[in-house]
Amino acid sequence: MAKKSIKVRAKAKGDVTTVKCLINHPMETGLRKDKKTGKVIPAHFVQEVIGTHNGNTVLAAHWSGGISKNPYLSFKFTGAKSGDTLNVSWTDNNGGSDSLDAKIK
Amino acid sequence: MTIKRRMFLKGSLAAGTVSAAVSAGLLAPGPVLAAWNKTAFEAKTVEDALQSTGLSDAADSGDIKIKAPDIAENGAVVPVTVSAGMEGVETIAILASGNGVPLTSSYTLGPGADPFVSTRIKMAKTGDVVAVVKAGGQVYMGKKEVKVTIGGCGG
Repeated sequence: MAKKSIKVRAKAKGDVTTVKCLINHPMETGLRKDKKTGKVIPAHFVQEVIGTHNGNTVLAAHWSGGISKNPYLSFKFTGAKSGDTLNVSWTDNNGGSDSLDAKIK
Repeated sequence: MTIKRRMFLKGSLAAGTVSAAVSAGLLAPGPVLAAWNKTAFEAKTVEDALQSTGLSDAADSGDIKIKAPDIAENGAVVPVTVSAGMEGVETIAILASGNGVPLTSSYTLGPGADPFVSTRIKMAKTGDVVAVVKAGGQVYMGKKEVKVTIGGCGG
C-alpha cells in the first residue's frame, strides 16, 4: 500500500499508555448493494488488528463488518514509557494488510 | 435480505456448517491470539455468537461500563466505549443485538492491557449494545440500549 492507512497516537501518562488509532478502510459488510448497478458490493473488512509493544501483544482485535467505515480503535495498557515504539498492524479478509510503528509520546 | 445474505454466505459458509459448529456446543475458548472466529462472526443471534466464542452463560454485572449514545442519529457510526472494573480481563466482546450478525468485534487483551476498548460500530436498528467480558474464567455481561434513527447496515 503506497499510502499509510494507519494513524496512531500513543501517549504515556504516568503508568498508563493510551493508544488511539484510525485505519482507512471501506469496511464493506458484503450486504450492501451498489445503488447504480444493483450488484452486491463484496465484503471487504478488517479482520484483525494487533497492537504490539516490545514484542508483547497488548491487544488483538477481531472485527467483523459490523465495525464502522474507517475504523477507530482506542485501548490502554501499562508497562510502556515515553519514547517506546508501538506497532499496530491490520489484516483484512482479502489478505490486505498494513503495519505502522509509532513512537509513544 | 435473505437473498443478499445467501450470497454473503455462499460456498463453504453454508448454513449447515454454522449450525453444526453451534450444536457442537462450547467450542473451547481459543488460546490467546486465536484465529479469526468464523463461526462466531457469522452467528445470527447474540446467544449463538457468544456460545461459539466460549462466552456463554454470562452473568450480569454492574462493573462493566458501556459508553454509547442513547440515541444514535446515524447507525453507521455509533461510538462505543467499554471498560470493566474487574481484575484480569482476558477478552472483551462487543455485540449489537439488532444486527444481522450481532458480534461486531472481540478483543483479546494481552498482559498489561487495561480493560478498556473504544471503537465505532454499525447498528442496523435500535437494540442493545452488549458487552461481554471474560475475567479469571468468569464471564460477565453488560448492556445498554441505543436507539437508532437511521440504520447503518446494508444499503
